[in-house]
Amino acid sequence: MKRKDILGIKDLSRSEINELLSTANVMRDMIDRSEKSNALRGKNVTTLFYENSTRTRNSFELAAKNLGASTTSISVAVSSVQKGETLVDTGKTLDALKTDVIIIRHQVAGSCDLLASNVRASVINAGDGMNEHPSQALLDGLTAARYFGSLAGKKVVIVGDIKHSRVARSDVRLFGKLGAEVTVCAPYSLLPDGMDSLGCEVDCDFDRAIAGANIVIPLRVQKERMDGAYFSTREEYHEYYGVTQKRLELCADDFIVMHPGPINRESEISGEVADGKNSMILEQVQNGVAVRMAMLQLLTDGRD
Amino acid sequence: MILLKNATVVNKDGMTESDVLMDGEFISLVTPNIECFGAEVIDCEGKLVFPGFIDMHCHLRDPGQTHKEDIESGGRAALAGGFTTVCCMPNTKPPLDNAQAVGYVRAAGVRSGNADIFPIGCITRGQNGDELCEFGKMKAAGAIAVSDDGVPVASGAVMFNALKYAKTFGLPLLSHSEDKSISANGVVNAGENATACGLRGIPKAAESAAVARDVLLAEEAGASIHICHVSTSESVDIIRSAKRRGVSVTCETCPHYFAATDDEILSYNTNAKINPPLRTADDVEAIIEGLADGTVDVIATDHAPHHFDEKNVEFDYAPFGTSGLETAFSVAYTRLVATDCIKPSDLCRLMSSMPAEILGLTDRGKIETGARADIVVIDPDTEYTVDAASFKSKGKNSLFDGWKLKGKITNVFVKGEQKSI
Repeated sequence: MKRKDILGIKDLSRSEINELLSTANVMRDMIDRSEKSNALRGKNVTTLFYENSTRTRNSFELAAKNLGASTTSISVAVSSVQKGETLVDTGKTLDALKTDVIIIRHQVAGSCDLLASNVRASVINAGDGMNEHPSQALLDGLTAARYFGSLAGKKVVIVGDIKHSRVARSDVRLFGKLGAEVTVCAPYSLLPDGMDSLGCEVDCDFDRAIAGANIVIPLRVQKERMDGAYFSTREEYHEYYGVTQKRLELCADDFIVMHPGPINRESEISGEVADGKNSMILEQVQNGVAVRMAMLQLLTDGRD
Repeated sequence: MILLKNATVVNKDGMTESDVLMDGEFISLVTPNIECFGAEVIDCEGKLVFPGFIDMHCHLRDPGQTHKEDIESGGRAALAGGFTTVCCMPNTKPPLDNAQAVGYVRAAGVRSGNADIFPIGCITRGQNGDELCEFGKMKAAGAIAVSDDGVPVASGAVMFNALKYAKTFGLPLLSHSEDKSISANGVVNAGENATACGLRGIPKAAESAAVARDVLLAEEAGASIHICHVSTSESVDIIRSAKRRGVSVTCETCPHYFAATDDEILSYNTNAKINPPLRTADDVEAIIEGLADGTVDVIATDHAPHHFDEKNVEFDYAPFGTSGLETAFSVAYTRLVATDCIKPSDLCRLMSSMPAEILGLTDRGKIETGARADIVVIDPDTEYTVDAASFKSKGKNSLFDGWKLKGKITNVFVKGEQKSI
C-alpha cells in the first residue's frame, strides 16, 4: 500500500480496501491460532485520544502488540494538551520522539488531516468528529465479507443517528465501494442534508428500509440528542426505529446484525436481537483487532 | 498637481476617455487633452481610473487584538487593495460602544495617514443586545454608522428601536442579520459538503430568516437598513422584493460569496471558514444576478484578519473569516467584469459610489471636478498570482492565496497624494 496515512474511506480506492480486507482476513486466522508476528518490531505506535474510548483504543494497542510494535498511549486528560499545547505542536513532539504511527481520535472533523499534513509519522484516523471512522467501517466490511463472501448486490440498512455519525459516513462509503446497496434510515431530524450524495438511499420508514435487508446496522442514539430536540422519547424511538426480533422478520432469509457498540439495550436494539443468532457484535470485536493489524502493517510496509 | 493622461475614467454611469487633473486635495478637471505646465504627469494609457474604493465593512482589530491587525497595517492593506476609505466594525476588545473608543479609532486613522478610516459604533452596549449605545455622541466622535457585526441583535424589539434611534441621528444601521439559534454551533454551510466532511452545518435560513425579520422591522419603523454580507439566494430574493415595495433597504455582499463555494471546505481549509459560510453554486449565481440587476448595492470585504497560529488549528476551533482588503477588487474584476457579468461602471457603483451614498460621504465615490482626489489606477489585463505572504495586512489568512487574478492596482491617490502600495 503506497500511502502515508489512512484518514478516511473516502480517500481509499477499491483495490486498497480489498488489500486491507484480505490482509485482515489473514490476520484474523492468525489471531484464531493465537499466533503473533514481528512485522512491526522496532516500530512505535502512539495512540493520541482527545475523546474517550476504550474499545477502539484497546483494539489498536492490541493490534500493534500482536505485530511486535511498542505502544505509547497519550490521553488528553493527563498530557500537555491540558496545558494548552496545540494539535500541531503535539504532533511535532511525537515526530521528534520518532513515532512511526500516530493513531488519533478527535472530536473535530478533519483534525487527522491537520495532524497528517504536519507530521512525518503515518497517521491513522480512529474517529474524527462526525466525519469518518475508517477502522470501524473496515471491520464491519470484514465481518460481512467473512459471512457472505462477496458483498455485491447485498442490501445494507444503517438505522439511527445518521446525522451525527462518523460510522454511518464511513460505512456508506465502504459498503458502496464493495458493491453493496446501502440505505440509511432515521427520522428526518437525524438525517444530514445531502446524505444521498455519499452514494446511498435515504428512507425515514424503517419497515420499508429493512425489507429484504442482508445486513442491519443500528447506531447508538445518544441521550443528549433527545435534549437537542432531534427526537422525542426513547420509547417512541424504539417503537419506530428499534431493531427488534419482530422487525427482523422483514429481512432477507439470510441476514446479520452488526453494531459499532457500545449498545443501548431496548433503545436502538432489543436485548433479544443483540444476543440472538444473527448478531455479529462479538465477531466484530475480534475482526476489529485483525483489521487494525492490517492497517498498521500495510502502512508501515509501504514506507520502508 | 498630478495629471493622469490618456485614462479610461470609470464612473457609476459609464466610462470616458479622459485626462484627470488633481490640484491639492481635489479633482480640478476631468476632460480630454489637458495640458498643465509643471504638473506631475502619469501616463494611464490602457489603464482604468476608478474613484477610490470604499469598504463599508472591515475588521481592523484595534484596539485589543493588534496581533491580528492594527490601524496602521489595516490602513496600508486598504491602500494596497485600492480602498481609499474604509469603515471598521466595532467588535474590537473592548468594543467601540462609546464616543471615546470611536474617537480613538478615528484619530488613530487620521494620524496614520493611509486610507481614510471611519469607525462604526456598536448598536448595543458591549454588543450585549439590550441597551442602546449613545448614537448621537458616537456620531459626533466620528462614527459613520452603527452595527453589532458578529453578534447580531437577537431581540426583535431592540432592533426595532435601534432602527428608529439610528434614523433619529441620521446614522446608517448595518445589520449582521443572523439567527444564532438556527446557526447554533455550525461551522460551514449545511448541505452535501458539510455532510461529506462531517462538519456541522449552518442552514441558509439562519441568515435569510433574520434578513426577512430585519427588513420587515425597518419597513414598519420607516427606517433605512443596510444588510451586511448577503450570502444566500433567499436573502437576495427577500431584499429584491422589499425594494420593489419601496422599503429603504440596501445590502452588500463580499467577493468570497460570488467567487467561491463551499467546495473550498472539503480540504478542511480553515481560511475558507467564514461567517456567513461559503454557500453553493446556486447561491453564487443568485448573488451575481443580484449584483447585475442592482439588488445588491455594494461589494464590501468583511476583511477579517487572523494570526496564522489561530487558523492552524482544528477546523472547529479556528476563528471565522478571510483576509480580504488586498484581493477584493481583483477578485471582483476577474469574476464579474472579465466574465462580462457586469460592466466596469457597475463595479464603480458597487465599490465606490453606492458605499459613498449609503454612508453620506458626498465628497467621494466619483471622478468629477470638485470631488475629493481619491483615485485608484488599475491595469486591467495583467494576470498575477495572489501571494498572501506579501500582504500589507497582518492577516495572511486569505481564501484567495494562490489564485490567479486580473485587475492589478498600480497607483492609489488619497486627497491628491500618491500613496506607496
